Formats: sequence, C-alpha cells, structure tokens
Amino acid sequence: MRKGALRQILLITDGCSNHGEDPIAMAALAREQGITVNVIGVLDQDTIDENGLREIEGIAMSGGGVSQVVYAKQLSQTVQMVTRKAMTQTLQGVVNRELKQILGSDVSLEDLPPEKRGEVMEVVDELGETVELEVLILIDTSGSMKTKLPTVKEALFDLSLSLNARIGDNRFAVFVFPGKHSDVEKVLDWTPKLEALSTIFPKLTSGGLTPTGPALREAMTYFNQKRSLRRLISGDESYFEESSM
Amino acid sequence: MMNHTLKNHLCNLRAGTVITGKWHKHGYKIIKRLGKGANGVVYLAESTKELVALKLSDNSTAITSEVNVLRRFSKVQGVALGPSLLDVDDWRDPYTNQVIPFYVMEYIKGDEFFTFIRKRGKEWIVILVLQLLSALEKLHKEGWVFGDLKPENLLVAGPAPTIRLLDVGGTTLQGRAIKEFTEFYDRGYWGIGSRKAEPSYDLFAVAMIMIHACYPTRFEKKGDGRRQLMSMIQADATLRKYQSVLIKAINGEYKQVAEMKRDLIAAIHHDSYMPRQKTNERTRTAGRHKKRKKRSGLVETTMIVMALLFIYVLYIYGKVLQ
Repeated sequence: MRKGALRQILLITDGCSNHGEDPIAMAALAREQGITVNVIGVLDQDTIDENGLREIEGIAMSGGGVSQVVYAKQLSQTVQMVTRKAMTQTLQGVVNRELKQILGSDVSLEDLPPEKRGEVMEVVDELGETVELEVLILIDTSGSMKTKLPTVKEALFDLSLSLNARIGDNRFAVFVFPGKHSDVEKVLDWTPKLEALSTIFPKLTSGGLTPTGPALREAMTYFNQKRSLRRLISGDESYFEESSM
Repeated sequence: MMNHTLKNHLCNLRAGTVITGKWHKHGYKIIKRLGKGANGVVYLAESTKELVALKLSDNSTAITSEVNVLRRFSKVQGVALGPSLLDVDDWRDPYTNQVIPFYVMEYIKGDEFFTFIRKRGKEWIVILVLQLLSALEKLHKEGWVFGDLKPENLLVAGPAPTIRLLDVGGTTLQGRAIKEFTEFYDRGYWGIGSRKAEPSYDLFAVAMIMIHACYPTRFEKKGDGRRQLMSMIQADATLRKYQSVLIKAINGEYKQVAEMKRDLIAAIHHDSYMPRQKTNERTRTAGRHKKRKKRSGLVETTMIVMALLFIYVLYIYGKVLQ
C-alpha cells in the first residue's frame, strides 16, 4: 500500500451556526473529497441546546468523523482522543477496503475469526503510527467562545504534543471564524508545530455571527489549493480516501 | 462512537445472562459488573471451570488491540504481568441482534492500590512500588511501555500481597506514541516531557503514584508543573525521604527501571537518603565509631585482667596466712 496523508478538519465550536450554508451539507462535501470532519462541542457549566447538539452530531456523521461534547476542562484529553480515533477509523476503513478486494466484497474485519483480526489490527496500528497527518483546525470565536479560547489553546498544544510523539509527520493549520473581514480567517499556515499559536491567540477578536457552513467550505478549498500546489512540485501525492465504517 | 442506548444496555447486563461465543461456543454466565471504562465494560462471570473476568465492548478496534497485547504478555513465560488471556470471541446480542466482540481473562481478586494502602498503612507504598518496578522492568525488556499507569490499574492480590497490572489498553511498543493515558499521570500534561513510549514515561507515572498516595485528594496543574511537584515532595514527610529518587524520575533522568529501583532501595535503607559524598562521610564517621569502640574494648579487657589478678593475689595472700 502506498502511503499518503490523512486529511482531517477539526471543528471546535459551542453551538449552532446561524449564517450561510448548512454545515452538515458542507461536511458531506468534504467527505466526498477525502477529508474527515471531526467536531468537538465545548460546554460551559450548563448543557448545550438540543439544536446545537444535533448539528454537532450531524456534521461529524456526514463528515465521516467523530464528535464529542465536553466541558472546557476536559478539552485537552478530548481533542487528542477524537483526532486519534478518527485517524484509526479512517485507516481501518482503508484496510477494510483492501481486505474486501482480497477476500471478496462482503467480508469485513468482523467476519474474520478473532485470531486473524489481531494481525489486521497490527497493520492499522502500524499505519496510524507512521502515516502523514494533516489537521486543519477550525475554531469558532463567536460570542461565548471568547472565554474558552485559553483552554482551546492549551488543548491544541496538547494535541501537537500527542501527535508529534508519533513516527509519522504532522502538519497543522489553524483557521478561526468569523474572520475580521470575511467568514473565515487563516491564523496559522501549515506547520508541524502549534507553539506559534501563543502569539496569535491573545489578539483574536470575536464577532457575532456563527458561519460554520461557509467556514467549512473555505477550509476544504484550502486543502485543495495546497494539494494542487504540491502536485505541481512533486508530481505524485496520494491521499487516503475516507470510507464509511 | 458508542451508541448511547447500546452502551447503557451493555453496561447493565443482568446477572444470569449467558454470553456464548459465536466462534468457540464457550458460555459465560454473568455474575456482576466489575468496572466500566472508556473502552468497554468488565463483568465477573462463571465459565464451566472457574470464575473469569469478561470484557465486552462495541469498539472492536479497542478489543482487538488489547487482545494483541495480552497475547504478547502470555508469551512472557512465568511472569504475571497482566491477567492471562483465556478466550476471545464474538457474542450475538439477542436484544439488538448486534455482534459484540469480547474477551475473557483470568479473574484476579484483590484490593485496588489505594484501598490496600488505606487498610494496611503507608509503609506498603514503597514495597508495592518496588514490586511494580520489577513488573515494569520485565515489560520494558520485552520492548513495551505500559502507558496508562495509574492506581486504578493496579490490583494488590493476596495472600502474600503482590501487585498486578490490569487494563492493557495503553500498552505501547517503545518508540511509538503512547496510545492511552490519564492526564494526572502523564508527563506531557505536566509539561515535563513528550508522549513517546519509552521506559522513563512509565517511571514518571510511578513517581506520580507515590505522590498521589501521600496527597489523597487529586490536585491539578497550576502554572509551572515541575516546580509545583517539587514543592509538594518537599512538603510531605514520607515523600521527602525519597525525594532524590522522585525528582530524578520526574525529570526523566532514569533511562531504565533498574536505576530507579537501585536508588529507591538505597533510600529505604538510609533514614534519609543523601547524595554520595555525604554517604561517604557517614561511613567514615561510622568507622571512627568502631575504632573508638575497639579502644574502649581494650581498656575493658585490661580492667578485667587487673581485677582477676587482684582477686588472685588476695586469694594467694589468704592461703599464705592460713
């Protein structure tokens, strides 16, 4: 199997979108382009409203990713767990597809006897450790998220600590929405380390609208731009296509 | 992700429910729930032969990697690192008609680490930690790191108190990224090191277990993690006794378990562990003490000889007078 990069969008938000396209549709679009969308809902003391919760689950489901709703305090542990889980899920999808090609169309991992499953799992583990990973982090800075930003920053440092312990390479980019002049604003370009965030985060201002859908759409094109650019340079880059479990 | 209703249902299987494997056809009768973690539920169950612990989860990935690790453990002959693996299978859940993967392991009866310390006293802390270090040493030699080391994953089995490692979900090959961890015992959380699986990662967690054993209420990181831990070690009488060992473990200065074990044993045998030069001074004074003792011994002997001589002279004098 040739190794490519896994591409993920990590959306960190605390509620419902209220501007632009349906984020669930945008997540489905991302998935079609081989980008997994994961969502973390951050709570204050109180619980999140029903609509917000439904949207969070919906985005992750149609984006082929993982969603989790947590209190701000547990954010660090959750961010790294969600990213890893989505990674394993995607890789398992890839391995499952390979298995189907070898063993026939209706065979999946669960149809193998437990003894054989272990060997497949080792392959998934190995891939998870060595695969190249690109995570585009999309942070909601509207309204009530403002107070949670220091925690988000901590959680992102923690994520870079976890992922950089892997053998494979990582690249992160950070976007916030709403931006100063548009729906979404790039605050950090592709980099292997998230430490640069500490200088950017205090300067962030928050706006009123929550354009989650447009933000997702923009994020997607950012992957594509980079991809076409890299294609020009290197000529061949393969990406894992997301598949459902 | 776990479906919520399914999770609830799996977590509350009624006593008497029989779980039969699809592949190997062994049956297990549920007795009670032992515990619940992020990746599944563990039940006490009864097989045809014995009591067993049965873990089931709808996260097939997690179950499979845990089974992989337990299999490796069972290959380490004669060493009880984790519970031994007895069976791996799938169960078709009659309520949801879904296939749930499970595995069966040896049931280890015992107290959780902190429960044991509370019952039997603080002097057991270092003894159990030494046992834990021995177990880790074997694990590291096999090329693994335990990863999610915490008191909840340590069981003290009897009758001769012996520490056993449970829950191998975090066990990672050395050189890779730690699979699963708990913030409080993770050096990354404290800002003191990476999450790369290496022996020093486990040793940091061992130091944290000792600190937590002396500060039963869980505390959080405030500002500079390293400084905070150092001052907590200084402030507790038990921890102060082992401070040099703890500080080195926290700073990741021990590359191998054997080094920490050696220093810990040395610290136990000295009332207060001191750096090497001071130890030398100590032995020197001890030597001087011995010499002084020898000299006073000589004086004693002369005194006795003189006294005997005096009595003998008196005796002879008496005889002569008769």
